[in-house]
Amino acid sequence: MANAVQARSQFSIGRTLIYAVLVVMALWYLAPLYVMLTTSLKSLDEIRAGNLLSLPGTVHFDAWQTAWASACTGVECGGVKGFFGNSLKMMIPAVLISTLVGAFNGYILSMWRFKGSDTFFMALLIGTFLPFQVVILPMAQVMGMLGLENSTGRLVLVHVVYGLQFTTLFFRNYYVTVPGELVKAARIDGAGFFRIFFKILLPLSIPTIMVCMIWQVTQIWNDFLFGVVFSSGESQPMTVGLNNLVNTSTGVKQYNVDMAAAIIAAIPTLVVYAIGSKYFVRGLTAGAVKG
Amino acid sequence: MTASRQGAPGISLGRFADLVLPKLVIAPTVLTCLIGFYGFIGWTAWLSFTQSRLLPNYEWAGIERYEQLFGDDRWWHSMQHLAVFGVLFVGISLIVGLLMAVLLDQKIRGEGFLRTIYLYPMALSFIVTGTAWKWILNPGLGLEKLMHDLGWSSFVFDWIINPDTAIYAVVLAGVWQSSGFVMALFLAGLRGIDDSIIKAAQIDGASLPTIYARIIIPSLRPVFLSAFMILAHIAVKSFDLVMALTGGGPGFATDLPSIYMYQHGFTRGQLGLGAASAMMMLFTACAVVMPLLYSELRREKRG
Repeated sequence: MANAVQARSQFSIGRTLIYAVLVVMALWYLAPLYVMLTTSLKSLDEIRAGNLLSLPGTVHFDAWQTAWASACTGVECGGVKGFFGNSLKMMIPAVLISTLVGAFNGYILSMWRFKGSDTFFMALLIGTFLPFQVVILPMAQVMGMLGLENSTGRLVLVHVVYGLQFTTLFFRNYYVTVPGELVKAARIDGAGFFRIFFKILLPLSIPTIMVCMIWQVTQIWNDFLFGVVFSSGESQPMTVGLNNLVNTSTGVKQYNVDMAAAIIAAIPTLVVYAIGSKYFVRGLTAGAVKG
Repeated sequence: MTASRQGAPGISLGRFADLVLPKLVIAPTVLTCLIGFYGFIGWTAWLSFTQSRLLPNYEWAGIERYEQLFGDDRWWHSMQHLAVFGVLFVGISLIVGLLMAVLLDQKIRGEGFLRTIYLYPMALSFIVTGTAWKWILNPGLGLEKLMHDLGWSSFVFDWIINPDTAIYAVVLAGVWQSSGFVMALFLAGLRGIDDSIIKAAQIDGASLPTIYARIIIPSLRPVFLSAFMILAHIAVKSFDLVMALTGGGPGFATDLPSIYMYQHGFTRGQLGLGAASAMMMLFTACAVVMPLLYSELRREKRG
């Protein structure tokens, strides 16, 4: 389409204007990141003397050190490193489990359909529209009944349960595009349920696995609601830790420490985005289509 | 392809396994879906009709909790804020996203690079976004000071501390985070449009704005729809952004149903009331999404 339109948009003033708008937009998206980074490298005096756009005179990493290891997050003053670790501890198993189970589900819902499997898939899809607020009260009750004391375990459980709808969707939508003859032929050769999955389908699924894992990493790392509801004290995830740090009002407000902590919270997902932005976008748009 | 239907049952152990295994493997997901989604919605509905306060108490209370909820000014204000936030957040994100997609679709050099920049906020947590914007909008040291330093000494930008405007600060940060994503959706839609229709229109002498208004934008209808549903969904459950940016304040100026639900259900010992407000959030989400979904399904059936 761009080709067709291009002939009409050759006027250089028009094109210059388009580029100007696009660059201004890019600056507006980048501005908060710039502000966060420069603020985190300034001293408090410099912050008060300068403004949002001014560069730090001398680069200070003190705020980063404080944010990581000694800033107060409520009563505790151990920085965000504990929260960061908690998030990793919950994220890794939750991402792996939900991806693996989602892959199996997608495989079954496309290659091994049974009576009611399409209805079940619809039921699962409707779940993507639920505001989680409507399930968290009973979930908290169930966790109490199960005696799940360990916060990391609780968070892994909720993230797996409420991530499965998306992971299943990713794999199901990919596997319906794989020719069924492939599976039929394998069955005639005597391959069974697991063999077909591991030997034939899984090697074909690397891109889908990437999409699914990147989606789950960002969802789980960035989650706040489940974190604040299902974890407590020293086992809370990074988002909760950051929010506590920013809202702790003891002594002078250290904006540079706030910003350093915010960047620390953002680094893992930004790195994932930088490495796999192709898969990230695909995941977002696949989630958008929702079947 | 339905492989399982072809195996004659009872022939060999392998065939039997192939009949049972798929159902066995998917059973845990079926269970968690039925219990974790539908069972829990029923449970929340049940709680909303009980006397539950700090702990669940399954003594029937009829519609008492709903009467309490509907009699609570704070609840109605939170719904009003949601309406203002939802309309502006969804509307502006759609407009900005569409505009950027159209501009990016003009054979732009460095398109991939620009796209990467527009979309990175989507990788951030709303808590990070809220923290960053809270600092930028800080009246003493943020944007206001920057403008003063640049020589515009009468510049006032106190959205975040002014109860009348704090909700717009939330809209601003929300649009910043989500508009790039809308752009990506529209761009994918634009790339899917058939060239030949546009060429034909050009030959007929249609101007570029006419082509966009009459042909291109109307054909993006499905993209509008899915973008709208996702944004509306983000708006209804929106919680973390407000918690990080304003904490629902100043006062209750940016209070939202999600905050109301969280506080009554988890910190104020009002389980029943929290459940009632959660049910209302579910109905709100359904009220927004269902008519669209329904009309779209009917359109598809008609062909």
